[in-house]
Amino acid sequence: MKKHETFHLSNKNMENPFVIFTEEIIFSILDYLNDDPYAKRSFSLVCKSFYFTESRHRTALKPLRSDLLSRTFHRYPSIAHLDLSLCPLVDDSALTAVSLSWKSTLRSINLSRSKSFTSIGLLSLVTNCLGLVDIDLSNGSELTDSAAKAIAEAKNLERLRLASCKSITDIGIGCIAVACKKLRSICLRWCLRVTDLGVGLIAMKCKEIRSLDLSYLLITEKCLPPVLQLPHLEDLALEGCLGIDDDCLATLKHGGKAIKMINMSRCQNVSHMGLSSLTNGSESLQKLVLAYGPAVTADLTKCLHSFSGLQSIKLDGCLVTCSGIRAIGNWRASLKELSLSKCTGVTDEGLSFLVQTHKELRKLDVTCCSKITYASIDSITISCTSLTSLRMESCSSVSKDAFVFIGQRCQLLEELDVTDNEIDNDGLKAISSCSKLCSLKLGICVNITDDGLTHVGNGCLKLKELDLYRCPGISDMGIAAIAQGCPALEMINIAYNNKITDLSLTSLSKCSSLKVLEIRGCPQVSSVGLSAIAMGCRQIAEVDIKKCYNIDDNAMLPLAKFSQNLKQINLSYCLVTDVGLLSLSSINRLQKMTILHLAGLTPNGLAAALLACGGLTKVKLHTSFKPLLPQYIFKYMKARGCVFLWRNKPFQAEIDPKGWQLQSGRCPEAAE
Amino acid sequence: MDQKEDLCADNWENSSSRNEFTKEISSDHPSFSNFSSQQNQKKWEEPSILDYDIGIETSFQKFNQPSVTQSSIPHNPNNQAKILGQEDTQMQETYQTNKIHDWDPSTMLNNLSFLEQKIHQLQDLVHLIVGRRGQVLGRPDDLVAQQQQLIIADLTSIVAQLISTAGSLLPSVKHSLSAGMPLIGQLGQLGGVNIPPVPGINVSVQSHNNGGSKFSEQSNQNDLTAKYGSEQICNIEEHESKDDEDVDEGENLPPGTYEILQLEKEEILAPHTHFCTICGKGFKRDANLRMHMRGHGDEYKTPAALAKPNKESSSEPMLIKRYSCPYSGCKRNKDHKKFQPLKTILCVKNHYKRTHCDKSYTCSRCNTKKFSVIADLKTHEKHCGKDKWLCSCGTTFSRKDKLFGHITLFQGHTPAIPLEETKGSAGPVDHTIGIETTNKANVNFSFGSNAQDGCAVQDIMDVKGSVDDPTTYFSPINFDTCNFGGFHEFPRPPFEDSESSFSFLLSGLCSYTQKTGGESSSNNVE
Repeated sequence: MKKHETFHLSNKNMENPFVIFTEEIIFSILDYLNDDPYAKRSFSLVCKSFYFTESRHRTALKPLRSDLLSRTFHRYPSIAHLDLSLCPLVDDSALTAVSLSWKSTLRSINLSRSKSFTSIGLLSLVTNCLGLVDIDLSNGSELTDSAAKAIAEAKNLERLRLASCKSITDIGIGCIAVACKKLRSICLRWCLRVTDLGVGLIAMKCKEIRSLDLSYLLITEKCLPPVLQLPHLEDLALEGCLGIDDDCLATLKHGGKAIKMINMSRCQNVSHMGLSSLTNGSESLQKLVLAYGPAVTADLTKCLHSFSGLQSIKLDGCLVTCSGIRAIGNWRASLKELSLSKCTGVTDEGLSFLVQTHKELRKLDVTCCSKITYASIDSITISCTSLTSLRMESCSSVSKDAFVFIGQRCQLLEELDVTDNEIDNDGLKAISSCSKLCSLKLGICVNITDDGLTHVGNGCLKLKELDLYRCPGISDMGIAAIAQGCPALEMINIAYNNKITDLSLTSLSKCSSLKVLEIRGCPQVSSVGLSAIAMGCRQIAEVDIKKCYNIDDNAMLPLAKFSQNLKQINLSYCLVTDVGLLSLSSINRLQKMTILHLAGLTPNGLAAALLACGGLTKVKLHTSFKPLLPQYIFKYMKARGCVFLWRNKPFQAEIDPKGWQLQSGRCPEAAE
Repeated sequence: MDQKEDLCADNWENSSSRNEFTKEISSDHPSFSNFSSQQNQKKWEEPSILDYDIGIETSFQKFNQPSVTQSSIPHNPNNQAKILGQEDTQMQETYQTNKIHDWDPSTMLNNLSFLEQKIHQLQDLVHLIVGRRGQVLGRPDDLVAQQQQLIIADLTSIVAQLISTAGSLLPSVKHSLSAGMPLIGQLGQLGGVNIPPVPGINVSVQSHNNGGSKFSEQSNQNDLTAKYGSEQICNIEEHESKDDEDVDEGENLPPGTYEILQLEKEEILAPHTHFCTICGKGFKRDANLRMHMRGHGDEYKTPAALAKPNKESSSEPMLIKRYSCPYSGCKRNKDHKKFQPLKTILCVKNHYKRTHCDKSYTCSRCNTKKFSVIADLKTHEKHCGKDKWLCSCGTTFSRKDKLFGHITLFQGHTPAIPLEETKGSAGPVDHTIGIETTNKANVNFSFGSNAQDGCAVQDIMDVKGSVDDPTTYFSPINFDTCNFGGFHEFPRPPFEDSESSFSFLLSGLCSYTQKTGGESSSNNVE
């Protein structure tokens, strides 16, 4: 009845047709706008009621700067997920204010990139926000046990990340273990002062744990029995735990029952013996990561033979034997993901046998497998027709004919990395039939030209990512075809190309969702082209124009005016002067700048730009500026959370001094 | 308060020899004489120590009864007792500090007169034995052996005393005495070796405690609560040590397959078990005795005399010997339902001391931990202050894995974060009152330094006043340590200040303040 009345009213006034919708309906419409980060902003700017509706609807917030935080308290009453990763400085008072503003709503907070808060702020956060279940304190190298003690007050905590909290010891972890009974996921990666005792206590006290990351801890077998007895443990990461070896794993009676994922990368002291005792009884194992670990021999693969649920295995950088690879082919399980990146021992024989049984393979990574040839690609493409991702960077023995098969047989491909390969225009033509392709990496492919790229532009409408790093055959025509055919393009790399001119950039400016543009070392590009990009691609976030000798202040002004989303820029070797830099500093979101060898830059101009640019977090400067800048600048910038990286690289006159090495040497890893 | 200070001052103004003498008497009375004054009986009414004291009392009754009447103490005990009870703590402390610092002839005089007294007592003892020889029933051999042992021990101590008194005249020896010797040894030499010394010392501790607590009852009610608190701690420790013994009890001999021996308390508590039949010197080990015997003549130098006596009997099958604790009701007592025998005499000794004796050795560092076996104290002192692993319940651990084991075992206990090295010495550390604890440390610091200057009266008053409001000012740790330090029987050297002045304050603080309290009040009078 009421609704009807409203409808009637609105019909009469015709002011705002949305008045007929209840807030819930608008909310559910807004839920569909999550894909585009700017859609909701536009929505809220329509009118006051939309503004307030959007304010009430928003639950996730990622503030740009911590000093803007105080304004959001009033505007957004129901924030549940607060991501402060863009705020380098979050002090205790800010945390206290956050905790008081979103007392009942806050569920998760990310402080992984923030500093300068202490246990006091954390304590007020966890005592006020009782619903807080997810805290990310990674990289908190200054956080001590007292911070951990404060965290322990969060009785409802379910997910905690403490990666690289190198000052937290067993004592702090013990406090958390005793108090946070509901903990489901904890990441202690690189918490070097946490030992067996802390981990053991976590395992003894927090029985709800699903995911446990113990990577790079100095733990031994002593803490493993309670860990493996955790009834619900699903993910276990033991990456780089050098204290764990075969002997200690041999003492384990059984592995975790519910375990689904084990990561034992870089555990050099574990061989198939240890692995078999660790996985003993883990019937539901799905994913295994053994990168840079034991030699993949027949013994190793045999001990994994019976895991029928195994879906994914990563053997990156392992010493691989042919028999080992062949034995994978005999597994009961049907793999969906296989990574053999940098396994130089992979041969055609082994790989061809393997793929014959694992026909369901979705993702395959054979990066730097320099022994595989045409034959392997042939059998892969015949067997695994549902492949969605193929990474084969630097497979230098694969002849150009093989790439035709990829395009013809793997129509579902979404991601293809053929960096540094023999692929030519015919290959690209075939690949252009993969209409789902999102990411195509063609770096250092010297055989491709504009013709091939035109095919890609015609076929791959969904392309988002294109890497043409050091492709000397590409010119404006190819880029224009891509810009025309791939409107969804978000990232393009045309670095070190002599032929690219402003025309390319002008055509690329049609790709309105372009976010990342790398045109390093393109001497023919000038300010005109970059200005076109600035005006056309409003979402541009990262620009690398290093060694674009013709770009000057004229490009900086439009960038400053239109590219309000710019986060990162590399201006080294350009013609940009104080004026250009100062104008850039009006960009609120600008966080990272690399300014090396700018001939037209004076210390005063740099100082002014640094002071004006409020959001900077990382500035790379030449060492020669260090004594020239006033000292208070450093203090001031540090207090704002900005870090200076001083580089002392000599000036390089030529555009590409190392280019020839890369071209002739091929993949250095493969050569080893 | 005022009255007490006056008393102290009075005593101070008297000759130091008199003070020391008073003190010695006060510590000797309970052990040597069955001091039947009302005062002492009252003291023993305290339940926590009742059984032990009675045990000692009865055991000495047998030998020492006559000494009550014949004692050559120049004071009237009934008149003196109250003063003793009040002042002996301080007196003894001052006495000790004096001893450490310099030698003076009055000490010598003191020692000599004490020796005299001692010889008299020995005489009495022998009289008694002679008188009773006919009446003794039951196990006459045992008793005779015990008496003999006691006499020997007494003689030994007198000899040792004489030697040390003579030795104290030599400057080098004196130096080594004051600097190097453990204080317990000093007391043995100067304060008189009792028969047997250990129970004597224990009992005197008790009397001190009682005297002290009465005094504190008058002056401040808070002291009493603090004392109870620390008694509780003692109990906890007792359990711990019991556990230790249980752990190493691995064997399960069926009853009857071994011979049960039960030593008497005195035997257990005697410092030496092997005595030279010629000179009476006591030894802890038979081997040492045999080495010693060589000095008495060539007949003791033969291989046969030097050989281990057990070896001869090893040819015949030995019945396994197991030991029973003489304390009835103890699990290690043979009458207990679940009797668990002790393996060796050493086990018996340690068990008895740990379980049924007072913990008279207090750690000078933390002033909290008390031990009845000196080896335990030494072990503890090695690690004291390094017990940096704390639990939220207040228990400290020297090893992190022990703490984590404890936390795993007990629900709700969490590891506690030591605030700083300076604050985490002992006791429960409450993190919420971090600031108060800092204050406390500061106050104590100034207190200590003032006391050293000798004008600490004002400070003492301050502290006493603040005790009225303990929750805001003192943490519970401080209570325990502070009050207990004062009644501490054997003040260890007040920390040879090798470490920083701060750590000294933390560890040696409490007993020191009490001591300086005495001094400063006297200064005040002067």
